[in-house]
Amino acid sequence: MAWEPVIGLECHVQLRTRTKMFCGCPVGFGSEPNTNVCPVCLGLPGALPRTNAAAVEHALRLGAALGCSIRERSVFARKNYFYPDMPKNYQVSQYDQPLCEGGTLSVTVDGAPRAIALTRIHLEEDAGKSFHPERHGDRRLSRVDFNRAGVPLMELVTEPVLRSPEECALFLTALRRLVRWLGLSDGDMEKGQLRCDANVSLRAVGATRLGTKTEIKNLNSIKAVERGLKAEIARQSGMLDEGERVVQATLLYDADQDRLAVMRTKEQAHDYRYFPDPDLPVLIAGEAERERARRSLPELPWAREARFRERLNLPAYDAAVLTESRELSEYFEACAPPAHVKLASNWVMTELMRVLKERGWSVDDWAARVPAERFADFLTRVGSRELPGPVAKQVFAWLPEEPGTVSELLERHGVQVASGEDELRPLVRAVLDEQPAAVAQLQAGEEKPFGFLVGQAMKKSGGQAVPDVLRRLLREELAARSPRP
Amino acid sequence: MTAIAAWKQSAREIASAVRAGRLEPGEAAAAGFDGPGARWEHDVHAVLASERSAREAAAASAPRDRALSGVPALVKDNLCTVDHPTTCGSRILEGWRSPYDATVVRRLRAAGAVLVGKGNMDEFAMGSSTEFSAYGPTRNPHDLTRVPGGSSGGPAAAVAYGLVPISLGSDTGGSVRQPAAFCGVYGLKPTYGRLSRYGLVAFGSSLDQVGVFARHVGDVAAVYEALAGPDPFDASSRPGAAPDVGGWTAGVRGLRFGWPENLWREGVEPAIVAALERAAAALERAGAVRVPFEFLPGRYAVAAYYLLATAEASSNLARFDGVRYGMRHRATDLGELYAGTRGRGFGPEVRRRILLGTYALSSGYHDQYYGKATAARTRIAAEYQAAFEHGGFMLMPATPTLPFLLGEKVGDPLAMYLSDVFTLGANLAGIPGLSVPMGLEPGGLPVGVQLLGPADSEPVLLRAARAIEMEGDPARIASAEEKEPAWPGSR
Repeated sequence: MAWEPVIGLECHVQLRTRTKMFCGCPVGFGSEPNTNVCPVCLGLPGALPRTNAAAVEHALRLGAALGCSIRERSVFARKNYFYPDMPKNYQVSQYDQPLCEGGTLSVTVDGAPRAIALTRIHLEEDAGKSFHPERHGDRRLSRVDFNRAGVPLMELVTEPVLRSPEECALFLTALRRLVRWLGLSDGDMEKGQLRCDANVSLRAVGATRLGTKTEIKNLNSIKAVERGLKAEIARQSGMLDEGERVVQATLLYDADQDRLAVMRTKEQAHDYRYFPDPDLPVLIAGEAERERARRSLPELPWAREARFRERLNLPAYDAAVLTESRELSEYFEACAPPAHVKLASNWVMTELMRVLKERGWSVDDWAARVPAERFADFLTRVGSRELPGPVAKQVFAWLPEEPGTVSELLERHGVQVASGEDELRPLVRAVLDEQPAAVAQLQAGEEKPFGFLVGQAMKKSGGQAVPDVLRRLLREELAARSPRP
Repeated sequence: MTAIAAWKQSAREIASAVRAGRLEPGEAAAAGFDGPGARWEHDVHAVLASERSAREAAAASAPRDRALSGVPALVKDNLCTVDHPTTCGSRILEGWRSPYDATVVRRLRAAGAVLVGKGNMDEFAMGSSTEFSAYGPTRNPHDLTRVPGGSSGGPAAAVAYGLVPISLGSDTGGSVRQPAAFCGVYGLKPTYGRLSRYGLVAFGSSLDQVGVFARHVGDVAAVYEALAGPDPFDASSRPGAAPDVGGWTAGVRGLRFGWPENLWREGVEPAIVAALERAAAALERAGAVRVPFEFLPGRYAVAAYYLLATAEASSNLARFDGVRYGMRHRATDLGELYAGTRGRGFGPEVRRRILLGTYALSSGYHDQYYGKATAARTRIAAEYQAAFEHGGFMLMPATPTLPFLLGEKVGDPLAMYLSDVFTLGANLAGIPGLSVPMGLEPGGLPVGVQLLGPADSEPVLLRAARAIEMEGDPARIASAEEKEPAWPGSR
């Protein structure tokens, strides 16, 4: 029988705020263990949380960008369970009254946009990190680092509407682009700034009832999401093909070994005993806050992508690549000469991005060396064929290395680009003088020898002249020599 | 003023002597420990920790020009202090030292008070007799065979026998007002959120409030003034400036007070009913008007309270797991570490309440227990609100009984819980309450009454208490105003 997967994702986004969700400790990656901690995030007796307003603003902006309905009064709740890296043995999260509900995030699947429906977005605190176990003689030892404990997290949950592992990967890519675009998170999955759990069930193609689901945890790269889901879909369809029943369970994905392991089954599921956290007041997001969040939004990636396609007439592929990041899209817009947009796109997508990749630079690293105006000057000259192909490549290589305008670079390196009319006009006249037969033919109305004359002139310039300029000068000089009617 | 006399003084007298340069900040503190206080402490056991070096350091650094300069103060052992251990009366925190001071402790020090140590308590404030302290019970200074009440029994008893003029407790369901009544001192539970909870080890977070013990109304006002006000470190602290209690001597002429006598028609000891009559008469003599009314603050208050308080406690006490601080049971796996630490670290009453609270929040029971209790709480709060239409405050018992004997209720949790019947309503409603001592009944035991008012009515409660203090009965005046120790003369 043919089975189709139904997938829902739970994505955790670590917010880029200066301080933690409920205390003033700095949020940082790579500090010495247990240095970014205080009584609050260590859960010391008597310590109380206080809400980080910046984290709330971040969540409001994401909610506004995704068209969620935002709850005016949302509630922080305690999710109770014991684990050594959770200082209070409860996590402050949101439960039945989350900040954002509904909304969609669109992805392009096989060239067509598909809006993925969202269930909710809420705020919570991260746990610390466990390292286990180490052997110390005959004892096993686990260590816990609480630097991450209390870091603000946003949890975004989709409806069970995703249809393939590939679609999930596209969704995560789109989400990562958005949170980076809005400056909410660095979205680095390797650093755990974006994490994903997936709920997946299979049903017969065409069926409407959902099958029994399993939850896969620890999908910590986009590749892991794809591969983990593929493995689980294969496992479930194998069971169903054999007439077995899928057992509701939580699985852990081991990316190194591409293997799934059962963490717990439904019988062992936690009872989290949620209740409103009495230490935290109801979170109020009034009309003023919501309006401020909406107004603070920049042009969103999908809108910019559409504009690049429709207004700048760029191919869909170019528009998608150029809007992968806000920095890239902004640099592109600032440097692309209106007359040479496609040419600018080609240079940015191939040459510029190659350099970024080779050197491990960000767009900002490049822009620090090659400000947009400077690159725009270069592109204009390339577009007007003032810089012929080989020279253009050479100049491009110098751009991030040396200061100066394009002209200064050419001068410094002694490259003659005969582009000026003043230098070329005598040269064109000399060619006409040398080829009276061709001139006569042209004056008689034949067009054929024109190309020959262009070739001769180019030869005379040592291949440095801009062909367009040569052609125009030839026409002008020919017209000047025509007998008056 | 000699050092020996200092320990009998009111907080305001001590502070004014220090401000005038007539008394060193450490003298009153030392007098409490070196004088007859030491003998009393041996029998009463009000103090869990008091280190001479810490006392001396605190005295040396106390500012000399403040409202409470040089005033020795004891704080309940669930308030975090950097200079003494904070154990909450529990084995699980034995020897633990907080790296920070609770906000109220910081403010107390900033006002010039000298922290002398930590007061005994029922473990994690769960109890009404201080018998559930892991470090042994506190005894009532008026009768050493009886309990001082609880859970703030240590701080109440220390003020009663004269170790210190003021102390801090915490009141989740009556834990300040009930021991104040049992020990014959004033005990104020302010409006919820008025005193910061930052650094108060949580029991029932939505009910907990730091409270004040003193032998004089004016001292209660002075301590309240020094501590009350918003705290950015406590998101549940009440916004806006605290009400001004400077007019605590302004009297009650023309004020109406509710008299819900249906509450004590049965089940309240006659000595307490008599004390209520004397308090009402004193208020009337001072010009206030008694307004009898029928008060039915919900038959479910005790049930709702114990569901909510234990539910919150089950979560609040989860952090005591042996991983980061306090006692750790040596174990070979995680489950054993948790079970061993919590099973051995917590006493029986704490374990009982954690189990109750866990149950009340469990899936399948959540709505019928936690959910119903929350709904009941909303109604009870509204009923209290409505009750104050009869007057700016009301007079009612603090406790149904006089101090009971040690061991009398320790094996009967329900009987123990019912000793909070008159106090826990204020915690559910978030309103202030003040326990007012009415002297000794004929058998020599302290008897007290309670004043309750709407949110932010602390100034009115203090004015009423002062009117009773002024007009009060001679036995009590003798114990407080003539500056004789409040304890009975012989044992």
